[in-house]
Amino acid sequence: MFDLDATTLARLQFALNISFHILFPAITIGLAWVLLYFRVRFTATRNEAWEYAYYFWVKIFALTFALGVVTGVTMSFQFGTNWPGFIERAGNISGPLLGYEVLTAFFIEATFLAIMLFGKDRVSNRVHLVAAALVAIGTTLSAFWILSLNSWMQTPQGHEIVDGKFYAVDWLAVIFNPSFPYRLAHMTTASLLTAAFLIAGVSAGRMIRRVDGPATALVLKTGVYLAAVLAPLQVLLGDMHGLNTLEHQPAKIAAIEAVWETDRGVPFTLLGWPDEERRATHFAIEIPRGTSLILTHDADGEVRGLDEFSGRHPPVAVLFFSFRIMVGIGLTMIAVSWSAAWALRRGGAPGPRILRALSVMTFAGWVATLAGWITTEVGRQPWIVYDALTVAEVVAPHPAGKVAGTLLAYIVLYAFLLASYILTLRYMGTKPAKSLRMLGSVGKPLAAER
Amino acid sequence: MDAALPLVFLAIMGVSLVLYVILDGYDLGIGLLLPLASDREKDTMIAAIGPFWDANETWLVLGVGVLLIAFPAAHALVLTSLYIPVTIMLFGLILRGVSFDFRVKAATHQKRMWNRAFAGGSLVAAVAQGWMLGSYITGLAPSAVNVAFSVLIAATMPALYVVLGAGWLLLKTEGELFDKALAWGRRAMPFMGLALFAISISTPLVSRTIAAAWFSLPNFIGLMPIPLATLVAFAAVYWVLQRRNVALAGYAWIVLAGTALICVMAGLGLAYSLYPYIVLDRLTIWEAAAAPSSLKFVFVGVAIVLPFTIAYTIFVYRIFHGKATGLSYGERD
Repeated sequence: MFDLDATTLARLQFALNISFHILFPAITIGLAWVLLYFRVRFTATRNEAWEYAYYFWVKIFALTFALGVVTGVTMSFQFGTNWPGFIERAGNISGPLLGYEVLTAFFIEATFLAIMLFGKDRVSNRVHLVAAALVAIGTTLSAFWILSLNSWMQTPQGHEIVDGKFYAVDWLAVIFNPSFPYRLAHMTTASLLTAAFLIAGVSAGRMIRRVDGPATALVLKTGVYLAAVLAPLQVLLGDMHGLNTLEHQPAKIAAIEAVWETDRGVPFTLLGWPDEERRATHFAIEIPRGTSLILTHDADGEVRGLDEFSGRHPPVAVLFFSFRIMVGIGLTMIAVSWSAAWALRRGGAPGPRILRALSVMTFAGWVATLAGWITTEVGRQPWIVYDALTVAEVVAPHPAGKVAGTLLAYIVLYAFLLASYILTLRYMGTKPAKSLRMLGSVGKPLAAER
Repeated sequence: MDAALPLVFLAIMGVSLVLYVILDGYDLGIGLLLPLASDREKDTMIAAIGPFWDANETWLVLGVGVLLIAFPAAHALVLTSLYIPVTIMLFGLILRGVSFDFRVKAATHQKRMWNRAFAGGSLVAAVAQGWMLGSYITGLAPSAVNVAFSVLIAATMPALYVVLGAGWLLLKTEGELFDKALAWGRRAMPFMGLALFAISISTPLVSRTIAAAWFSLPNFIGLMPIPLATLVAFAAVYWVLQRRNVALAGYAWIVLAGTALICVMAGLGLAYSLYPYIVLDRLTIWEAAAAPSSLKFVFVGVAIVLPFTIAYTIFVYRIFHGKATGLSYGERD
């Protein structure tokens, strides 16, 4: 089924690296704003529980950020080691966008995170607040630039091609390409949701194990309410993003919905087994006219099928399933966060069942984010720059064995790091919290404020 | 203007990479020295680089980023040729980077494992960088002589980092660890000297282009300040490392500053050797350069942002100046 040539291996390697990398920014982009919120609440209320929450989560932020940095450095090299043709031919576009990410985001994040971590006795609360705000802005700027580049690869515009090379003609058109606003909104919301479920899940775990401290309830509440507001919003954003994709990348949508032939009144396939060879979906559970209704907002609307993109459409089964995993988790997020918010609203703590559900959902954001990225990235195949440059044209001519060897090494290293990360979070999350009075140092920077 | 822009970016790239070698050099050097220290000293040593390493490593990302932005053809050629050493270096940097955080957060019994990963990662990264530098200087042509040359640099590059690391520890620590740092620096100096000597001697031997650039009059005389400054810096560093009372009397900074000066001189010498090539004898700066429209677009950003970057980097270095005690955010139990 799989022909493991050097191109496939290079793709697997890059997919592994970028999937592993995105786990960590998916947390930090959102968590940075949550930390800023904790810091602002502490400054406004002088309630030390907020500061306790801040320092507990800033440690987890630092660990997550470190993993994001080192795996991100890997990415900056792998463009060249795996896709030299992409840099040679599209470097005029991708270079500057990546460059702006380094310039406007990486240094700010790395430098001011040091103040958040180590600045306690060295800077005033105001400087600390500014540092937290700059780190949050930095993470978001980083998302802005990298998503702009990714979106340009999906929906390229603002360039001309001369002798096979891309040249920018209009930078604003390049940056603000058609899919960029939707992707940026969808991804930043995904990151905030990932962070919301992470903090709610870890807090719920502490409550279940009865190791909760003074800040646990506050953090849980923050996570639950944030999720309850954003989860439904994300469905709306996702729908808009999908309609944008339909306009610019109809083959991707046809694969997601497993629409084999162009038709009117197309049903929505809830579940099934898409079979690309027979060009049919087995065991399909369908909602009549559903796809037409979702995509054209008309029950009888026409939907373009895969038959129109024969030989130029992405693999159907991967997109079909990854999309459904993403949506399934999204809907579960709404159910869990609303139940929890309802329980909080009615006063008192959520019951053990809701706490357990939140705890199970701790890393739900990861799964949904990865499923979403697999949908959109595999959905771009066979192109690296949509409709203009294929992946096969730009791959490095390494022997397959060399790529397979390093791929194996990456798998071992990343499995080790992922296990260490989750175990460390578990260890930190289940250590009994100290009471505020025992934490002699909490509140000290205020007394020392100049 | 269009012809000058590639040179501007070459300068930015050179400055970023030299800054990386100096700044992350002391981080990596401290990683290399970690196994020689007691458990308590290990904590102090890592606290001494905790607030800085992350931003320090970012200079590498900027350097490689500028290579990608400004010289896409060279980025593709260099990184494809150096696929294996780059991958090995990345493994080292990954292990080193995550160990910083894991070692203070994981359960106590795992701390020793993360200390080892920290030291091991630093060593792997340092050796791989030496290898990459050696291969790059010799034009990415893997002949027997060139490989031997790369091995030599790979083996001696860690010594440079150790001296930088010792220099940083002299600024950030006191007491027993300060004395140890002096001894570590002293012991690494001969190897660093060997590295410098080997690079200076063998580069012209390996490449006729470089020999021609240096050993013709009047160039040779005009270039003398580079080796002379290197020699003076080397002697000054060695002199301070030999004399504890001088180091304690407030001259310890000479170790780091002198070694940094050596790095700057090496960078200048290398730039002169390679010019006008970006990959020796294969690709010139202008052949590899990106389109002027792209360079102009990034240059605007660089001109606006980089001064701020340097300003807040200095700001944060000033916040965390002084000895490293108390630079801890781990559990204090």
